[in-house]
Amino acid sequence: MEASSAIRADSGKLLLSAKGISKTLADRHVLQNIDLEIQEGQIISLIGPNGAGKTTLVRVLLGLLTTDLGSIYHRPKLRIGYMPQQLMIESTLPITVRRFLQLATPSFHDRIDATLQQLEISQLAEQQLISVSGGELQRVLLARALLRNPHLLILDEPAQGVDIAGQAKLYALIGKIRNQNGCGVLMISHDLHLVMSSTDEVVCLNHHVCCHGKPDQVSTDPAFLELFGAQVSTNLAVYTHNHNHEHDITGEVKISES
Amino acid sequence: MITITELITTDFFLFALVAGLSLALIAGPLGSLIVWRRMSYFGDTLAHSALLGIAVGLITNSNPQMAIIISCLLVGILLVYLDKNPKISTDTVLGILAHSTLAIGVVILALTESVRVNLEAYLFGALLTINIIDLIWVIAIMLIVISTLYYFWNDFLSVTVHAELAKTEGINVERTHLFLVLLIALTIAVSMKIVGVLLITSLLIIPPAAARKFAQSPEKMAILASLIGSTAVVLGLFLAFYVNTPVGPTIVVVATILFLVLSVFTRAQKE
Repeated sequence: MEASSAIRADSGKLLLSAKGISKTLADRHVLQNIDLEIQEGQIISLIGPNGAGKTTLVRVLLGLLTTDLGSIYHRPKLRIGYMPQQLMIESTLPITVRRFLQLATPSFHDRIDATLQQLEISQLAEQQLISVSGGELQRVLLARALLRNPHLLILDEPAQGVDIAGQAKLYALIGKIRNQNGCGVLMISHDLHLVMSSTDEVVCLNHHVCCHGKPDQVSTDPAFLELFGAQVSTNLAVYTHNHNHEHDITGEVKISES
Repeated sequence: MITITELITTDFFLFALVAGLSLALIAGPLGSLIVWRRMSYFGDTLAHSALLGIAVGLITNSNPQMAIIISCLLVGILLVYLDKNPKISTDTVLGILAHSTLAIGVVILALTESVRVNLEAYLFGALLTINIIDLIWVIAIMLIVISTLYYFWNDFLSVTVHAELAKTEGINVERTHLFLVLLIALTIAVSMKIVGVLLITSLLIIPPAAARKFAQSPEKMAILASLIGSTAVVLGLFLAFYVNTPVGPTIVVVATILFLVLSVFTRAQKE
């Protein structure tokens, strides 16, 4: 992808780069020779089939797993906001959403209410974390990542458990956060449709990087077609998101102002 | 019969009361962390292996309290190391270590005939035999434990809630875990005389379990657990004295009754 390299060279500052990452877990070559760069203000989506190594790659980039080969560069003093795929809370641990968010370090306690409001989950603040539903929990986790005022957001399937309309909104919100804070975003996703419209670059992973580039380039790339099938690609071309009302977090239909 | 006023002004009773309350105080936050992190078996293993420490201390003729503390800390470090190795099943290793160290300790104690050892005192505690030196040990260690817990509370809590999130947020997860294990080891080492190796874990775990349903935040659960533990110590101590039962087991029995009463109470409230 010549074009995207050219764009890289003159755009923004490098936040994180990985070169030649390989990782073997339980005798399986999960990651093979992976290169990746994330710049300030750039949204990169990591897509690929189940078991392609997406989460492993993210864990390596975060330093939660060591890499067998290759090297990872973090910009000095890089602050990462990480949103894990899931959160299992011990039933023996009483903790409210607010207290959970206060654990984010460095935490800006006075910003908690503003962040909750931004994510439209203010009503959850004093609720016990264990009683929060899946879709709401995703937003709570996103709030915790945002509270760190991160230079780089790393999101592992942020839209998991969120309904379709909610997903479109969530991706729009992530785009808005990027525009406001100028942070870089790396997110794992399954839902190709929605990702395509809200990302600067797509990296298609199946143990190695099959193809990468702008969404429209990737969706016609032979490697992409092979991995996801031509049907998906055609669907992407004709896909339009078509709904005429919104739901708020409680599921109530919201009356649109316009 | 001795009146309560006479009783609490006697040295041995006062020492016992202060030592027991010190343990109950830190059992709140420390026990809560053990419950949240599902480490009770871990604590049991540490406690049982403390008996080996006593045996080794007797053989080498060293200060018994120091021998117990050092052996507990060493076993703690060993357990953390074993826990890290993904090829070893932690549950099995804990099961083997917990009982083999206890058995080896008992055997060694039986073999060292030159010293007459009251095994029961180590297994079930001998709170009323605590002297001023023991008490100073207990208070010193408790101060170390409580101040470390207070200072690192946010880290302990963050690692407990989600270790990977904590790590990406810059908390040293491995060090925090090691600290917690060492705090448990220290606590167990000095509370042996209070409730004995077989009962220590229960005193760390029952009060937080009893407090759970009444608490809306981790801190409230920890404080409430300290209060419940203290109540068990005070009631258990008086009960043991007047009914003439062994103190350690009596305290644990009272704690269990408190747990049951509070459980029934919350259930009744819900209905």
